[in-house]
Amino acid sequence: MLDIDMAARYQRQIALRQFGLEGQRKLLEAKVLIIGAGGLGCPALLYLAAAGVGHIGIADGDMISLSNLHRQVLYGMADLGYSKAVIAAKKLRELNPDITITEHPVMLTPENAIDVIDRYQYIVDGTDNFPSRYMINDACQILGKPWVYGSVSQFEGQVAIFNVPDKEGNGIDYRDLFPIPPDNGDVLNCEEAGVLGVVPGMIGILQAAELLKLISGMDKTLVNRLITFNMLTHTLLIAQLVPSLPRSGVPKDREAFRKMDYGNRCSPRLAAVEINASRFRELAQQGQATIIDVREAGELAGLETFRHIRIPISSLKDHLAEIKGETIVFCCQSGKRSLEAASLLIAKWGDTAHIYSLKGGISQLTD
Amino acid sequence: MEVKVFFFGGLAEITGEGCIRVPEVRDTDELIARLQVQYQALSQTRYRVVVNNRMIQENTSLDQQAEVALLPPFSGG
Repeated sequence: MLDIDMAARYQRQIALRQFGLEGQRKLLEAKVLIIGAGGLGCPALLYLAAAGVGHIGIADGDMISLSNLHRQVLYGMADLGYSKAVIAAKKLRELNPDITITEHPVMLTPENAIDVIDRYQYIVDGTDNFPSRYMINDACQILGKPWVYGSVSQFEGQVAIFNVPDKEGNGIDYRDLFPIPPDNGDVLNCEEAGVLGVVPGMIGILQAAELLKLISGMDKTLVNRLITFNMLTHTLLIAQLVPSLPRSGVPKDREAFRKMDYGNRCSPRLAAVEINASRFRELAQQGQATIIDVREAGELAGLETFRHIRIPISSLKDHLAEIKGETIVFCCQSGKRSLEAASLLIAKWGDTAHIYSLKGGISQLTD
Repeated sequence: MEVKVFFFGGLAEITGEGCIRVPEVRDTDELIARLQVQYQALSQTRYRVVVNNRMIQENTSLDQQAEVALLPPFSGG
């Protein structure tokens, strides 16, 4: 039975004949994992939390950066440099304190994916690359979990529900839709192709809508069907999916899954993440970060209270090999040279470390 | 007879059109062969074929007013 506050919160959807108190009860009992709290994940999370999905998990190992904000609507300027999973969880708890939110601030890999996914009943794909989708697909196959697929490019998006048996007992999955994983060069990723922020917004909400229908037991879900929508031309295609035979590629058990190589995530070229003074102080106090002052010798001091090393920007290229650590924070007087330094290191290291630049520079620390 | 062909994702950039009409074509094999002559980059691209709202696995005959869609995979999020 729902208490009075809960009944009031969900009154407008309980009033729906097809949803009702029974639908609400099913939502409150459901455990849903959203993998990727980005362009698709943010809108999906907002609506799933608002609707009262009882337990929501958020898996994302990324940090928030400025180029995320045009489409990742859970985040603001004060969140730059923080974990997406942690900030998303915090905002959703404010939105709906009656539900349980669990953050998993890690990148899912064949080593950890089964353990995380197995704690939930339904999975929502909010990732931005093929290797992650094949990995989610295979983990869900092995564990028998339904998952809601979503993907966008430029002005178009796709949604489908995979791994739910229809009346004949046939469950379609991502490998039926696209049996052969595309090569990295085959398809433009989001950064190269671009995407209008509202497109993942629409597709993420469509994923949430389909999941709410599936959990609450409504008819006419996208089980074994794919929607493709073009926002520019309004072309809408609904395609019935069929099994792709012979099937290949899905690892046969957990052990085989753990050994799978899904390839590079062909993630977008990474942009340096700028952090504010309070985040800088936090990282410095935790003591794990390598702080690097890139000002030239003879420039003003101002960093004495923080343990740091000095590598002037003019000689940084020659000293990149000396930099060590999982979290690297660059700083300079105004924040310009440190951003340049961070970009240099990212070009060299890729996403193997968290690399930051202090926005506004060292003068921000004394204010 | 004439079939309508819709191009999604990057395929529309290859063809320059979101939708074209192709006259007198019996089946999907013939259609694809003709499209690949017209748009050579199509032969290097991966996509799935949907006929009358059903994804197909093999050559499929096209009735009058058939609607065909070519769907490439895409990966953003």
